[in-house]
Amino acid sequence: MKQYSIPRLITKLLLPLILLFALYVQFHGDFGPGGGFQAGVIFAAGFVLYALVYGLDNARRIMPPWLLRVGVSLGVLIYAGVGVAGMLLGGAFLDYGVLDPHDPVHGQHLGILLVELGVGITVAAVMVSIFYAFAGRGR
Amino acid sequence: MTEHLPALQVVVPLIAAPLCALLRPGRAVWLLAMAACALCLLIAALLLDRVLAQGVISYAMGGWPAPWGIVYRVDAANAYMLLIVAMIGAVVMAFARPVVEQRVRLPVRKQPWFYATYLLCLTGLLGMIITGDAFNVFVFLEISSLSSYALISIGRDRRALTAAYQYLIMGTIGATFILIGIGFLYVMTGTLNMEDLAARLPAVADTRTIRTAFAFLTIGISLKLALFPLHLWLPNAYAYAPSAVTAFLAATATKVAIYVLLRFFFTIFGAQFSFGTMHLDAILLPLALAGIFSASVVAIFQTNVKRMLAYSSVAQIGYMVLGISLVSVTGLTAAISHLFNHALMKGTLFMALGCVSFRIGAVSLDRMAGVGRTMPWTMGAFVIGGLSLIGVPLTAGFVSKWYLILGALERGWWPVALLVLFTSLLAVVYIWRVVEVAYFQPAPEDRTTGEAPLALLAPTWTLALANLYFGIDTSLNAGVARRAAEALLGVGQ
Repeated sequence: MKQYSIPRLITKLLLPLILLFALYVQFHGDFGPGGGFQAGVIFAAGFVLYALVYGLDNARRIMPPWLLRVGVSLGVLIYAGVGVAGMLLGGAFLDYGVLDPHDPVHGQHLGILLVELGVGITVAAVMVSIFYAFAGRGR
Repeated sequence: MTEHLPALQVVVPLIAAPLCALLRPGRAVWLLAMAACALCLLIAALLLDRVLAQGVISYAMGGWPAPWGIVYRVDAANAYMLLIVAMIGAVVMAFARPVVEQRVRLPVRKQPWFYATYLLCLTGLLGMIITGDAFNVFVFLEISSLSSYALISIGRDRRALTAAYQYLIMGTIGATFILIGIGFLYVMTGTLNMEDLAARLPAVADTRTIRTAFAFLTIGISLKLALFPLHLWLPNAYAYAPSAVTAFLAATATKVAIYVLLRFFFTIFGAQFSFGTMHLDAILLPLALAGIFSASVVAIFQTNVKRMLAYSSVAQIGYMVLGISLVSVTGLTAAISHLFNHALMKGTLFMALGCVSFRIGAVSLDRMAGVGRTMPWTMGAFVIGGLSLIGVPLTAGFVSKWYLILGALERGWWPVALLVLFTSLLAVVYIWRVVEVAYFQPAPEDRTTGEAPLALLAPTWTLALANLYFGIDTSLNAGVARRAAEALLGVGQ
């Protein structure tokens, strides 16, 4: 890949912007269009681009499979954990209002933020895992 | 915590699944999965107990009341279904460990994923049953379907991959049809809550959109429950999946689809609309009869015993749909009680076959010669399951056949009753073929393998004995089934 210097350079320039945009979609999801699903896919797309240009081995060095394995599970656990926290604090499952005892509206914001974070982590990890699985075939 | 039982029913396996995926291969993963399944069974039993004592339980997810939020609503019908699925889930999980360690095309480091996927499948099935929200049914349907495709594809035979792919295509078409149907209902009523849908539908029932939604839902759900002639994905999927997966899916997945059918046609559309206006019974009855007859005949000519039982499953699904198409309390009781009884008998039979393939590596008739002598306990369980499948008195299978024939005679349809009796004789033929090979043919000289290990025999015999127990004490599989049927038809309460 040494000779393709323009794609390599453009990728380097674009990559931080893609990841930053993913985080914007993730955390602005309360107020505008967006949320965990979209953000996770954008985040994963950044890694896919990197892997396409710099090769699968380099991508695996940055995002090793064991980390993906943890990410896939961690997101679901954050989601379900927020739900159970609501239950333990005296509300129903996934009742965010009780997360902040003083201000239910604040609790709702906190709850949806954490839940969407969980969704984002799992979606990004699953997308990259699927890409690794296809790209790594026949190796 | 008891008020949270409906949520915990789904949340326990949902949390256990990612935890299993994080653990290293070994005994601990299985122990965690087993504990989650056992807890699910306990919750299901407690829920059924409370529902029978106090009536309907509602649980508002996230504290959002119905009809705006998602509500879990447990009545006699779905508490009974939860118990079936949780019971099979726990028994098969007890059976699964030796199978996963030795009989699955999966490297050791990936074995925790099996347990995670199994638990996700259980989550999806339990969620479909417990939810009171039509769209939520679709979401859980996808969770259970996607994980079941993955579970089927890890069978040792490479053909498991094509079988899983076929099922994926057919299942996705079915799920899409269900989604389109739900979407049309939402467009016309503006609600997804089942009770709210039932209240608002009559006002708009006489429109083309609602009739189209009804058609999409009928086809979509029929694909998932493998109603003849939409059953083509089933024989391969069951034949090539690992034995533990076949036992689990055969006893639960199609049953849950039948429950969804009941929920949509009786609770949401109402029996009057489904059967009075749309004449659904005119379609279901001939298809059920054709399915029972043709699948039983095809089963007789199979040489792979797993495939034979898969075709037998198509026939048994026909019996359930036949019970539904009678549209009477007796007919529905037969259908609902057969959901339970069929789970018991097919669970036993497929687990016994799992024991056989664990020891001799195959379940084709020619390889099974003489296993009755080398594996007496395994084949003993198989025979009990087989008797129950035929419907011999004092086994669970007799109970549902009895109600089915009663229901047919109530309607004066004696040819239908005769056909049920005749197809039971066909079941005698195909079960006898296995028994004859296993007990009356000599084992090959070079067979050195003996009885299956206790870890496999204990769960198999648990279900085998349950077949006998529920053939005698019918308070659960006929008594509660009757209450569920009355709840669905809206009579007697």
